[in-house]
Amino acid sequence: MATVRIPPVLRPSVGGVKEVDADGENVGDVLRSLADQHPATQSQMFAEGGELNRYVNVYLNDEDVRVLDGLDTPVGDGDVLVILPAMAGG
Amino acid sequence: MSPSGAEFIRQIKSQIAQVDPGDVNEQLHSGNGNGSLAIIDVRESEEVERGLIPGAKHVPRGHLESRIEGAVPDRSQHVVLYCASGNRSALAAKTLEELGYENVESMTGGYTLWKDRGYKVDVPKVMTPEQRERYSRHMLVPEIGSEGQQKMLDAKVLLLGAGGLGSPTALYLAAAGIGTIGIVDDDVVDLSNLQRQVIHTTDRIGVPKVDSAAETMNALNPDVNVVKYETRIDASNIMEIIEGYDVIVDGVDNFPTRYLLNDATVRLQIPVVSASILGFDGQLSVFKPYDGPCYRCLYPVPPPAELAPSCGANGVLGVLPGTMGLLQATEVVKLIVGAGEPLIGRLLLYEALGATFTELKVRRDPECAICSRPPDEIAEDEMGVFPDYEAFCAAAG
Repeated sequence: MATVRIPPVLRPSVGGVKEVDADGENVGDVLRSLADQHPATQSQMFAEGGELNRYVNVYLNDEDVRVLDGLDTPVGDGDVLVILPAMAGG
Repeated sequence: MSPSGAEFIRQIKSQIAQVDPGDVNEQLHSGNGNGSLAIIDVRESEEVERGLIPGAKHVPRGHLESRIEGAVPDRSQHVVLYCASGNRSALAAKTLEELGYENVESMTGGYTLWKDRGYKVDVPKVMTPEQRERYSRHMLVPEIGSEGQQKMLDAKVLLLGAGGLGSPTALYLAAAGIGTIGIVDDDVVDLSNLQRQVIHTTDRIGVPKVDSAAETMNALNPDVNVVKYETRIDASNIMEIIEGYDVIVDGVDNFPTRYLLNDATVRLQIPVVSASILGFDGQLSVFKPYDGPCYRCLYPVPPPAELAPSCGANGVLGVLPGTMGLLQATEVVKLIVGAGEPLIGRLLLYEALGATFTELKVRRDPECAICSRPPDEIAEDEMGVFPDYEAFCAAAG
Protein backbone atom coordinates (compact mmCIF):
# COMPACT_ATOMS: atom_id res chain seq x y z
CA MET A 1 0.00 0.00 0.00
CA ALA A 2 1.36 3.40 -1.03
CA THR A 3 0.29 6.85 0.10
CA VAL A 4 -0.69 9.39 -2.53
CA ARG A 5 -0.44 13.06 -1.58
CA ILE A 6 -3.25 15.04 -3.17
CA PRO A 7 -2.61 18.65 -4.21
CA PRO A 8 -5.13 21.36 -3.29
CA VAL A 9 -6.68 21.51 -6.77
CA LEU A 10 -7.49 17.79 -6.74
CA ARG A 11 -8.79 17.61 -3.18
CA PRO A 12 -12.40 18.36 -4.16
CA SER A 13 -12.21 15.23 -6.35
CA VAL A 14 -11.21 13.00 -3.42
CA GLY A 15 -13.57 14.23 -0.75
CA GLY A 16 -11.29 16.98 0.50
CA VAL A 17 -8.54 14.81 1.99
CA LYS A 18 -4.82 15.46 1.66
CA GLU A 19 -3.72 11.84 1.35
CA VAL A 20 -5.24 8.70 -0.11
CA ASP A 21 -3.92 5.15 0.29
CA ALA A 22 -3.84 3.14 -2.92
CA ASP A 23 -2.58 -0.28 -3.99
CA GLY A 24 -0.38 -1.08 -6.93
CA GLU A 25 2.89 -2.60 -8.02
CA ASN A 26 3.98 0.43 -9.99
CA VAL A 27 3.21 4.14 -10.30
CA GLY A 28 0.62 3.58 -13.05
CA ASP A 29 -1.23 0.94 -11.01
CA VAL A 30 -1.31 3.12 -7.90
CA LEU A 31 -2.64 6.13 -9.81
CA ARG A 32 -5.23 4.00 -11.63
CA SER A 33 -6.30 2.59 -8.28
CA LEU A 34 -6.70 6.16 -7.05
CA ALA A 35 -8.79 6.95 -10.14
CA ASP A 36 -10.95 3.86 -9.50
CA GLN A 37 -11.65 5.06 -5.96
CA HIS A 38 -12.19 8.66 -7.10
CA PRO A 39 -13.23 8.73 -10.77
CA ALA A 40 -13.12 12.54 -10.95
CA THR A 41 -9.33 12.36 -10.78
CA GLN A 42 -9.05 10.20 -13.92
CA SER A 43 -9.16 12.95 -16.53
CA GLN A 44 -7.12 15.28 -14.37
CA MET A 45 -4.20 12.85 -14.19
CA PHE A 46 -4.39 10.85 -17.40
CA ALA A 47 -4.57 11.83 -21.04
CA GLU A 48 -6.88 9.89 -23.37
CA GLY A 49 -4.11 7.51 -24.38
CA GLY A 50 -3.60 6.49 -20.74
CA GLU A 51 -0.34 8.35 -20.30
CA LEU A 52 0.17 10.97 -17.60
CA ASN A 53 -0.91 14.45 -18.56
CA ARG A 54 2.15 16.54 -19.36
CA TYR A 55 1.14 19.16 -16.78
CA VAL A 56 0.99 16.67 -13.92
CA ASN A 57 4.26 15.98 -12.13
CA VAL A 58 4.39 12.79 -10.11
CA TYR A 59 7.16 12.08 -7.63
CA LEU A 60 8.01 8.77 -6.04
CA ASN A 61 9.25 9.90 -2.66
CA ASP A 62 11.45 12.82 -3.79
CA GLU A 63 12.22 11.83 -7.40
CA ASP A 64 10.28 12.76 -10.54
CA VAL A 65 8.94 9.50 -12.03
CA ARG A 66 9.85 10.83 -15.50
CA VAL A 67 13.55 10.37 -14.67
CA LEU A 68 12.72 6.92 -13.28
CA ASP A 69 10.60 4.52 -15.34
CA GLY A 70 7.53 6.71 -15.60
CA LEU A 71 4.28 4.86 -14.92
CA ASP A 72 6.23 1.56 -14.85
CA THR A 73 8.35 2.64 -11.87
CA PRO A 74 7.93 -0.02 -9.15
CA VAL A 75 6.27 1.15 -5.95
CA GLY A 76 7.03 -0.46 -2.62
CA ASP A 77 5.01 -0.69 0.55
CA GLY A 78 5.14 2.61 2.41
CA ASP A 79 6.31 4.64 -0.57
CA VAL A 80 4.85 8.09 -1.00
CA LEU A 81 3.62 9.39 -4.35
CA VAL A 82 3.33 13.15 -4.65
CA ILE A 83 1.03 14.54 -7.34
CA LEU A 84 2.17 18.04 -8.09
CA PRO A 85 0.54 20.48 -10.46
CA ALA A 86 1.97 23.95 -10.99
CA MET A 87 0.43 26.70 -8.87
CA ALA A 88 0.54 30.36 -9.75
CA GLY A 89 -0.91 32.16 -6.76
CA GLY A 90 1.10 35.05 -5.42
CA MET B 1 77.17 55.60 15.25
CA SER B 2 73.53 54.68 14.75
CA PRO B 3 72.28 55.20 11.18
CA SER B 4 69.62 57.81 10.39
CA GLY B 5 66.14 56.59 9.63
CA ALA B 6 66.64 57.16 5.92
CA GLU B 7 69.98 55.34 5.95
CA PHE B 8 68.42 52.44 7.86
CA ILE B 9 65.69 52.05 5.23
CA ARG B 10 68.34 52.17 2.46
CA GLN B 11 70.23 49.37 4.19
CA ILE B 12 67.08 47.27 4.54
CA LYS B 13 66.21 47.79 0.86
CA SER B 14 69.61 46.46 -0.12
CA GLN B 15 68.90 43.27 1.83
CA ILE B 16 65.47 42.46 0.40
CA ALA B 17 64.04 41.75 -3.03
CA GLN B 18 62.14 44.56 -4.73
CA VAL B 19 59.76 44.44 -7.67
CA ASP B 20 58.59 47.07 -10.11
CA PRO B 21 54.82 47.82 -10.21
CA GLY B 22 54.87 46.98 -13.92
CA ASP B 23 55.91 43.39 -13.16
CA VAL B 24 53.20 43.05 -10.50
CA ASN B 25 50.58 44.43 -12.89
CA GLU B 26 51.68 41.97 -15.54
CA GLN B 27 51.46 39.04 -13.14
CA LEU B 28 47.99 40.11 -12.05
CA HIS B 29 46.80 40.17 -15.65
CA SER B 30 48.52 36.93 -16.62
CA GLY B 31 46.41 35.15 -14.03
CA ASN B 32 49.26 34.51 -11.64
CA GLY B 33 47.41 36.72 -9.21
CA ASN B 34 44.85 33.99 -8.69
CA GLY B 35 46.20 32.04 -5.81
CA SER B 36 49.93 31.79 -6.36
CA LEU B 37 50.63 35.50 -5.79
CA ALA B 38 49.56 37.19 -2.55
CA ILE B 39 49.52 40.98 -2.65
CA ILE B 40 49.57 42.52 0.80
CA ASP B 41 48.77 46.16 1.48
CA VAL B 42 50.62 47.19 4.66
CA ARG B 43 49.26 50.73 4.87
CA GLU B 44 46.89 52.10 7.51
CA SER B 45 43.12 51.70 7.20
CA GLU B 46 42.52 55.36 6.30
CA GLU B 47 44.90 55.02 3.35
CA VAL B 48 43.35 51.77 2.15
CA GLU B 49 39.86 53.29 2.24
CA ARG B 50 40.91 55.68 -0.52
CA GLY B 51 41.91 52.84 -2.85
CA LEU B 52 44.00 49.69 -3.15
CA ILE B 53 45.36 47.26 -5.73
CA PRO B 54 42.61 44.84 -6.88
CA GLY B 55 42.78 41.57 -4.98
CA ALA B 56 45.18 42.91 -2.35
CA LYS B 57 44.70 41.88 1.25
CA HIS B 58 45.07 44.51 3.91
CA VAL B 59 47.48 43.72 6.74
CA PRO B 60 48.65 46.97 8.36
CA ARG B 61 52.33 46.97 9.16
CA GLY B 62 51.62 47.48 12.85
CA HIS B 63 49.76 44.14 12.90
CA LEU B 64 52.00 42.33 10.41
CA GLU B 65 53.52 39.76 12.74
CA SER B 66 50.20 38.85 14.34
CA ARG B 67 48.03 38.77 11.21
CA ILE B 68 50.19 37.68 8.28
CA GLU B 69 49.61 33.99 8.92
CA GLY B 70 45.89 34.52 8.56
CA ALA B 71 46.38 36.24 5.20
CA VAL B 72 49.22 34.05 3.91
CA PRO B 73 49.39 30.73 5.76
CA ASP B 74 51.85 29.16 3.31
CA ARG B 75 55.36 30.53 3.89
CA SER B 76 56.52 29.36 0.47
CA GLN B 77 53.88 31.45 -1.33
CA HIS B 78 55.01 34.38 -3.46
CA VAL B 79 54.21 37.56 -1.51
CA VAL B 80 54.36 41.13 -2.82
CA LEU B 81 54.10 43.86 -0.20
CA TYR B 82 53.29 47.47 -0.89
CA CYS B 83 52.73 50.67 1.03
CA ALA B 84 52.40 54.27 -0.19
CA SER B 85 55.94 54.74 -1.50
CA GLY B 86 57.92 51.57 -0.84
CA ASN B 87 59.54 52.27 2.54
CA ARG B 88 57.17 50.62 5.00
CA SER B 89 56.77 47.65 2.64
CA ALA B 90 60.58 47.24 2.55
CA LEU B 91 60.67 47.06 6.34
CA ALA B 92 57.71 44.68 6.29
CA ALA B 93 59.47 42.47 3.72
CA LYS B 94 62.44 42.21 6.04
CA THR B 95 60.13 41.19 8.87
CA LEU B 96 58.45 38.50 6.74
CA GLU B 97 61.83 37.06 5.78
CA GLU B 98 62.70 36.85 9.45
CA LEU B 99 59.38 35.05 10.00
CA GLY B 100 60.44 32.44 7.45
CA TYR B 101 58.61 33.62 4.32
CA GLU B 102 60.73 32.42 1.41
CA ASN B 103 59.60 34.49 -1.56
CA VAL B 104 58.86 38.07 -0.50
CA GLU B 105 59.19 41.24 -2.55
CA SER B 106 58.53 44.89 -1.78
CA MET B 107 56.97 46.93 -4.58
CA THR B 108 59.08 49.97 -5.44
CA GLY B 109 57.30 53.30 -5.49
CA GLY B 110 54.32 51.73 -3.69
CA TYR B 111 50.68 52.54 -4.35
CA THR B 112 51.58 56.08 -5.43
CA LEU B 113 53.66 54.89 -8.39
CA TRP B 114 51.11 52.15 -9.20
CA LYS B 115 48.36 54.76 -9.43
CA ASP B 116 50.54 57.27 -11.31
CA ARG B 117 51.11 54.67 -13.99
CA GLY B 118 47.40 54.30 -14.43
CA TYR B 119 47.11 50.69 -13.30
CA LYS B 120 43.73 49.53 -12.04
CA VAL B 121 42.72 50.31 -8.47
CA ASP B 122 39.72 49.38 -6.38
CA VAL B 123 38.13 51.97 -4.17
CA PRO B 124 36.41 50.07 -1.37
CA LYS B 125 33.01 51.31 -0.36
CA VAL B 126 33.01 52.48 3.19
CA MET B 127 29.98 52.14 5.37
CA THR B 128 28.86 55.13 7.36
CA PRO B 129 28.77 54.86 11.16
CA GLU B 130 24.95 54.76 10.86
CA GLN B 131 25.16 51.80 8.47
CA ARG B 132 27.64 49.99 10.71
CA GLU B 133 25.15 50.25 13.53
CA ARG B 134 22.07 49.44 11.43
CA TYR B 135 23.63 46.29 9.99
CA SER B 136 25.69 45.34 13.05
CA ARG B 137 23.79 42.07 13.58
CA HIS B 138 24.66 41.03 10.03
CA MET B 139 28.31 41.97 10.52
CA LEU B 140 28.45 39.66 13.52
CA VAL B 141 27.39 36.65 11.43
CA PRO B 142 30.54 35.09 9.92
CA GLU B 143 28.67 34.04 6.75
CA ILE B 144 27.72 37.67 6.07
CA GLY B 145 30.12 40.07 7.79
CA SER B 146 30.94 43.49 6.34
CA GLU B 147 31.81 41.94 2.98
CA GLY B 148 28.41 40.28 2.68
CA GLN B 149 26.66 43.42 3.84
CA GLN B 150 28.50 45.44 1.22
CA LYS B 151 27.36 42.93 -1.41
CA MET B 152 23.78 43.47 -0.29
CA LEU B 153 24.19 47.26 -0.41
CA ASP B 154 25.53 46.93 -3.96
CA ALA B 155 22.84 44.43 -5.05
CA LYS B 156 19.85 45.06 -7.28
CA VAL B 157 16.81 42.88 -6.65
CA LEU B 158 13.55 43.07 -8.59
CA LEU B 159 10.26 42.06 -7.03
CA LEU B 160 7.50 41.05 -9.39
CA GLY B 161 4.38 41.90 -7.48
CA ALA B 162 3.87 43.92 -4.31
CA GLY B 163 1.12 41.60 -3.16
CA GLY B 164 1.01 38.64 -0.81
CA LEU B 165 4.49 37.26 -1.48
CA GLY B 166 6.03 40.60 -2.42
CA SER B 167 4.99 42.35 0.80
CA PRO B 168 7.07 40.39 3.32
CA THR B 169 9.92 39.97 0.83
CA ALA B 170 10.09 43.72 0.23
CA LEU B 171 9.99 44.50 3.94
CA TYR B 172 12.79 42.16 4.93
CA LEU B 173 14.99 42.84 1.90
CA ALA B 174 14.67 46.57 2.60
CA ALA B 175 15.51 45.98 6.25
CA ALA B 176 18.50 43.84 5.24
CA GLY B 177 19.92 46.72 3.22
CA ILE B 178 19.55 45.52 -0.36
CA GLY B 179 20.77 48.68 -2.10
CA THR B 180 18.32 48.77 -4.99
CA ILE B 181 14.91 47.13 -4.92
CA GLY B 182 12.69 47.37 -7.98
CA ILE B 183 8.97 46.66 -7.64
CA VAL B 184 6.65 45.91 -10.54
CA ASP B 185 2.91 46.15 -9.86
CA ASP B 186 0.09 47.95 -11.65
CA ASP B 187 -2.50 47.47 -8.93
CA VAL B 188 -3.82 49.75 -6.19
CA VAL B 189 -4.25 48.80 -2.54
CA ASP B 190 -7.62 47.19 -1.86
CA LEU B 191 -9.22 46.47 1.50
CA SER B 192 -9.24 42.73 0.71
CA ASN B 193 -5.44 42.81 0.29
CA LEU B 194 -4.73 43.82 3.86
CA GLN B 195 -5.41 40.38 5.38
CA ARG B 196 -1.95 39.38 4.05
CA GLN B 197 -0.23 42.23 2.18
CA VAL B 198 1.43 43.68 5.26
CA ILE B 199 3.49 46.33 3.51
CA HIS B 200 0.32 48.34 2.84
CA THR B 201 -1.92 50.12 5.34
CA THR B 202 -5.60 50.85 5.72
CA ASP B 203 -5.15 54.57 5.05
CA ARG B 204 -3.53 53.76 1.70
CA ILE B 205 -6.51 51.99 0.14
CA GLY B 206 -6.71 53.20 -3.47
CA VAL B 207 -3.03 54.18 -3.55
CA PRO B 208 -0.81 52.45 -6.17
CA LYS B 209 0.87 49.46 -4.53
CA VAL B 210 4.31 50.52 -5.74
CA ASP B 211 3.93 53.89 -4.00
CA SER B 212 2.59 52.33 -0.82
CA ALA B 213 5.38 49.73 -0.74
CA ALA B 214 8.09 52.31 -1.39
CA GLU B 215 6.79 54.49 1.44
CA THR B 216 6.90 51.63 3.95
CA MET B 217 10.31 50.41 2.76
CA ASN B 218 11.94 53.82 2.95
CA ALA B 219 10.42 54.48 6.36
CA LEU B 220 12.05 51.24 7.50
CA ASN B 221 15.35 51.87 5.74
CA PRO B 222 16.11 55.13 3.91
CA ASP B 223 19.29 53.50 2.51
CA VAL B 224 17.26 51.55 -0.02
CA ASN B 225 16.74 52.95 -3.49
CA VAL B 226 13.25 51.78 -4.41
CA VAL B 227 12.62 51.76 -8.16
CA LYS B 228 8.90 51.77 -8.95
CA TYR B 229 7.41 50.21 -12.08
CA GLU B 230 3.68 50.89 -12.03
CA THR B 231 2.94 48.59 -14.91
CA ARG B 232 2.01 45.04 -15.75
CA ILE B 233 4.96 43.06 -16.99
CA ASP B 234 4.50 41.66 -20.48
CA ALA B 235 6.48 40.63 -23.54
CA SER B 236 6.81 44.24 -24.68
CA ASN B 237 8.51 45.57 -21.54
CA ILE B 238 10.07 42.61 -19.72
CA MET B 239 13.57 42.77 -21.19
CA GLU B 240 13.83 46.47 -20.54
CA ILE B 241 12.65 46.15 -16.92
CA ILE B 242 14.60 43.10 -15.76
CA GLU B 243 17.95 43.72 -17.42
CA GLY B 244 20.63 44.71 -14.93
CA TYR B 245 19.00 43.12 -11.88
CA ASP B 246 21.04 40.54 -9.96
CA VAL B 247 18.14 38.48 -8.65
CA ILE B 248 14.43 38.46 -9.44
CA VAL B 249 11.76 37.46 -6.96
CA ASP B 250 8.74 35.88 -8.61
CA GLY B 251 5.56 36.40 -6.67
CA VAL B 252 3.20 36.90 -9.60
CA ASP B 253 -0.31 35.55 -9.56
CA ASN B 254 -0.61 34.08 -13.06
CA PHE B 255 0.95 31.44 -15.28
CA PRO B 256 1.60 33.45 -18.46
CA THR B 257 3.84 35.91 -16.61
CA ARG B 258 5.67 33.08 -14.85
CA TYR B 259 6.52 31.46 -18.20
CA LEU B 260 7.44 34.79 -19.76
CA LEU B 261 9.66 35.64 -16.79
CA ASN B 262 11.34 32.26 -16.99
CA ASP B 263 12.18 32.60 -20.65
CA ALA B 264 13.48 36.15 -20.33
CA THR B 265 15.60 35.37 -17.28
CA VAL B 266 17.14 32.31 -18.93
CA ARG B 267 18.01 34.51 -21.88
CA LEU B 268 19.61 37.11 -19.58
CA GLN B 269 20.91 34.48 -17.12
CA ILE B 270 19.36 36.08 -14.06
CA PRO B 271 18.44 33.79 -11.13
CA VAL B 272 14.80 33.74 -10.05
CA VAL B 273 13.58 32.97 -6.55
CA SER B 274 10.12 31.62 -7.23
CA ALA B 275 7.23 30.91 -4.90
CA SER B 276 3.55 30.26 -5.30
CA ILE B 277 0.72 29.85 -2.83
CA LEU B 278 -2.79 28.51 -2.70
CA GLY B 279 -4.97 27.83 0.30
CA PHE B 280 -2.65 26.38 2.90
CA ASP B 281 0.00 25.17 0.42
CA GLY B 282 3.16 26.84 -0.80
CA GLN B 283 5.91 25.94 -3.26
CA LEU B 284 9.39 27.43 -3.41
CA SER B 285 12.43 26.96 -5.64
CA VAL B 286 15.40 28.84 -7.07
CA PHE B 287 15.85 28.76 -10.84
CA LYS B 288 19.42 29.69 -11.69
CA PRO B 289 19.77 29.48 -15.47
CA TYR B 290 22.23 26.84 -16.67
CA ASP B 291 23.30 26.02 -13.09
CA GLY B 292 20.08 24.19 -12.45
CA PRO B 293 16.68 23.56 -13.98
CA CYS B 294 14.42 26.37 -15.15
CA TYR B 295 10.69 26.79 -14.53
CA ARG B 296 9.91 25.03 -17.81
CA CYS B 297 12.05 22.04 -16.80
CA LEU B 298 9.81 21.69 -13.75
CA TYR B 299 6.54 22.58 -15.45
CA PRO B 300 6.91 22.14 -19.24
CA VAL B 301 3.29 23.09 -19.82
CA PRO B 302 0.78 24.87 -17.61
CA PRO B 303 -2.24 22.97 -16.30
CA PRO B 304 -5.57 23.55 -17.97
CA ALA B 305 -7.62 26.42 -16.65
CA GLU B 306 -9.88 24.27 -14.45
CA LEU B 307 -6.83 22.97 -12.59
CA ALA B 308 -5.13 26.34 -12.46
CA PRO B 309 -7.05 28.51 -10.07
CA SER B 310 -4.93 31.55 -10.74
CA CYS B 311 -7.13 33.78 -12.82
CA GLY B 312 -9.79 34.80 -10.38
CA ALA B 313 -9.89 35.33 -6.66
CA ASN B 314 -8.71 32.40 -4.58
CA GLY B 315 -8.62 31.80 -0.90
CA VAL B 316 -5.33 31.78 0.93
CA LEU B 317 -4.34 31.77 4.57
CA GLY B 318 -3.11 35.31 5.22
CA VAL B 319 -0.01 34.13 7.04
CA LEU B 320 1.03 31.76 4.23
CA PRO B 321 2.49 34.37 1.82
CA GLY B 322 4.39 35.68 4.84
CA THR B 323 5.96 32.27 5.40
CA MET B 324 6.73 31.69 1.73
CA GLY B 325 7.78 35.29 1.02
CA LEU B 326 10.30 35.20 3.85
CA LEU B 327 11.72 31.92 2.60
CA GLN B 328 12.13 33.73 -0.73
CA ALA B 329 13.86 36.67 0.96
CA THR B 330 16.22 34.24 2.69
CA GLU B 331 17.15 32.64 -0.64
CA VAL B 332 17.76 36.09 -2.14
CA VAL B 333 20.17 37.00 0.63
CA LYS B 334 21.98 33.65 0.27
CA LEU B 335 22.40 34.16 -3.48
CA ILE B 336 23.76 37.67 -3.04
CA VAL B 337 26.09 36.91 -0.16
CA GLY B 338 27.12 33.53 -1.58
CA ALA B 339 26.32 31.67 1.63
CA GLY B 340 24.88 28.23 2.15
CA GLU B 341 23.15 25.97 -0.35
CA PRO B 342 20.52 27.79 -2.38
CA LEU B 343 17.36 25.90 -3.30
CA ILE B 344 18.60 25.20 -6.83
CA GLY B 345 17.34 21.92 -8.31
CA ARG B 346 15.07 21.42 -5.34
CA LEU B 347 11.42 22.22 -4.79
CA LEU B 348 10.24 22.88 -1.27
CA LEU B 349 6.59 22.25 -0.48
CA TYR B 350 5.03 23.67 2.66
CA GLU B 351 1.67 22.46 3.85
CA ALA B 352 0.52 24.69 6.65
CA LEU B 353 -2.36 22.62 8.05
CA GLY B 354 -0.14 19.62 8.65
CA ALA B 355 2.89 21.84 9.38
CA THR B 356 4.97 19.70 7.00
CA PHE B 357 7.81 20.51 4.64
CA THR B 358 8.54 18.20 1.69
CA GLU B 359 11.57 18.50 -0.56
CA LEU B 360 11.50 17.18 -4.14
CA LYS B 361 14.30 16.94 -6.67
CA VAL B 362 14.02 19.02 -9.83
CA ARG B 363 16.20 17.95 -12.73
CA ARG B 364 17.32 19.93 -15.73
CA ASP B 365 15.41 18.69 -18.75
CA PRO B 366 17.88 18.03 -21.59
CA GLU B 367 14.95 18.59 -23.96
CA CYS B 368 13.72 21.79 -22.27
CA ALA B 369 12.20 24.12 -24.86
CA ILE B 370 14.15 27.04 -23.44
CA CYS B 371 17.19 26.22 -21.30
CA SER B 372 18.49 23.34 -23.41
CA ARG B 373 19.78 25.99 -25.81
CA PRO B 374 22.38 28.74 -25.41
CA PRO B 375 20.85 32.03 -24.22
CA ASP B 376 21.51 33.97 -27.40
CA GLU B 377 19.55 31.40 -29.40
CA ILE B 378 16.36 32.19 -27.50
CA ALA B 379 14.58 34.62 -29.80
CA GLU B 380 12.37 37.39 -28.46
CA ASP B 381 9.31 36.05 -30.23
CA GLU B 382 9.75 32.67 -28.53
CA MET B 383 9.66 34.09 -25.07
CA GLY B 384 6.58 33.61 -23.00
CA VAL B 385 4.97 31.39 -25.61
CA PHE B 386 1.98 30.08 -23.78
CA PRO B 387 -0.60 27.76 -25.26
CA ASP B 388 -4.00 29.26 -25.85
CA TYR B 389 -3.57 32.06 -23.38
CA GLU B 390 -6.49 34.07 -24.73
CA ALA B 391 -8.75 31.16 -23.88
CA PHE B 392 -6.95 30.28 -20.66
CA CYS B 393 -8.45 32.68 -18.17
CA ALA B 394 -11.72 32.90 -20.06
CA ALA B 395 -12.15 29.16 -19.53
CA ALA B 396 -11.40 29.57 -15.84
CA GLY B 397 -14.25 32.02 -15.66
